[in-house]
Amino acid sequence: MARDTSKLRYAETHEWVDAGDDGVATIGISAFAIEQLNDLVYMDLPEVGKDVAVGDEIGEVESVKAVSPLYSPVSGQVVEVHTELPDNLDNLKEDPYEFGWIIKIKMTDASEVENLMDHAAYEKQCSEAG
Amino acid sequence: MNLAPATTPLDSWHRQAGGKMVDFAGYALPVQYAGGGIVAEHQACRTAAALFDVSHMGRLRFDGVGSEALLDHLLTRRVSDMPVGRVRYGLLCNAEGGVLDDVLVSHLETPSGQRYHLMVVNASNRQKIWKWIQPHLDDFPGVTLTDRTELTAMIAVQGPKAIELCDRLFKVPPSRLKYYRATVTEQFQKPAIVSRTGYTGEDGFELIVRAEDAPRVWENLLLAGRDHGVIAAGLGARDTLRLEAGMPLYGHELTEQIDPLSAGLSFACNLKDRSFIGDEALRQIADRGPEKVRIGLLPEGKRPAREGCDVVSSDGQVIGRVTSGAPSPTLGRPIAMASIDAAQADNQRFEIDIRGKRVAAIRTALPFYKR
Repeated sequence: MARDTSKLRYAETHEWVDAGDDGVATIGISAFAIEQLNDLVYMDLPEVGKDVAVGDEIGEVESVKAVSPLYSPVSGQVVEVHTELPDNLDNLKEDPYEFGWIIKIKMTDASEVENLMDHAAYEKQCSEAG
Repeated sequence: MNLAPATTPLDSWHRQAGGKMVDFAGYALPVQYAGGGIVAEHQACRTAAALFDVSHMGRLRFDGVGSEALLDHLLTRRVSDMPVGRVRYGLLCNAEGGVLDDVLVSHLETPSGQRYHLMVVNASNRQKIWKWIQPHLDDFPGVTLTDRTELTAMIAVQGPKAIELCDRLFKVPPSRLKYYRATVTEQFQKPAIVSRTGYTGEDGFELIVRAEDAPRVWENLLLAGRDHGVIAAGLGARDTLRLEAGMPLYGHELTEQIDPLSAGLSFACNLKDRSFIGDEALRQIADRGPEKVRIGLLPEGKRPAREGCDVVSSDGQVIGRVTSGAPSPTLGRPIAMASIDAAQADNQRFEIDIRGKRVAAIRTALPFYKR
């Protein structure tokens, strides 16, 4: 079932968060950010088991011209990493919200999600940036 | 001061085409245009042709009898033996042999028979070079130096179809010009300078026209090339193209802290029987051997090594740094140029420290791509 982007939360740094009822957040990067980055060539992901806090660097995505860090939008432990993704960056572009999930984090404080933007606020940020 | 970047005569075209504008050397220029992206623009240049707005490059004109002597005094190569129509690559150095800029000098003649030299300098160095030349003007009477940059625009048309495409459009067909030749002519009934030069590793030419004529010339070229896959390309593609072609870029491979011999440009330094600013320093460097060597590297894997990454020898010593690095759209893998200690010049295997991770890299001959 396709992920409903209107129900996701978003960080200012363009990561999306799908907070599950089980306390596990699935995290990816938005279609807007992927469009802006264009020409993706490389992605670096964290190890399973890594503890992260909000704003920690959890990886990198590189386009032809630039390196962009990925930041964790929530605190917790990395419980799963989408290892197929770095070799299939074209698919990330095609499908940023399903195939394009990047990591799953077991949250230590699920209320942190409330600090993130909702879809409308994120859309507004993107339209102002664009 | 927070001065807004200058605009080129093609600025409104770039914006209408969805150009992603950035400040580059004080000019607002597109990194890429909407719809394509750097890789698509790069590939258009390698397979068909691409148009680049290079109006930000500085254009300095030298008129008068002392021009050749002045240029000979400033440049690492002789200019005074250039017949009309010749273009030459050379360097301006300081007394220590550090590179102030790398430039192209053309010897040109107007339709009325007036001869002059035109020096194309890097945008970021235009003011510096202008000031550098001023005190020397007194020693070479009869030279008039004028900055033509803002009165003119410069368009590069690069790619395998560039010459053929424009032969039927141009008063002087570009195919009649040999490589590194230039002529003063007319284009679409407007005055223009055409040169068979470029910075992408492809065949092609560069066109200098009056600023007010630039939008029409640009649109005519695009229209003529549309059915042949010719598109406009931004700074992003220009950089990956020149890197694949192994061409040095000022501020990266060339700086005032590096001499041309260490940058691998001994071909552009004519040290025999001549004197110019920096000649003594360069002769000493040539005698004892340059300290650095510019090399090409192929980092393993997909992760591009970027400028500033340390180059490490097999025994763990930092022996240089990456000066330019990017994924190569043509080779489908990362490529890099690096400046390393000359003592390591015979080594073939290195490691590159990419933000804390060591990646193996094999040395490769430059250029990475040759047409």
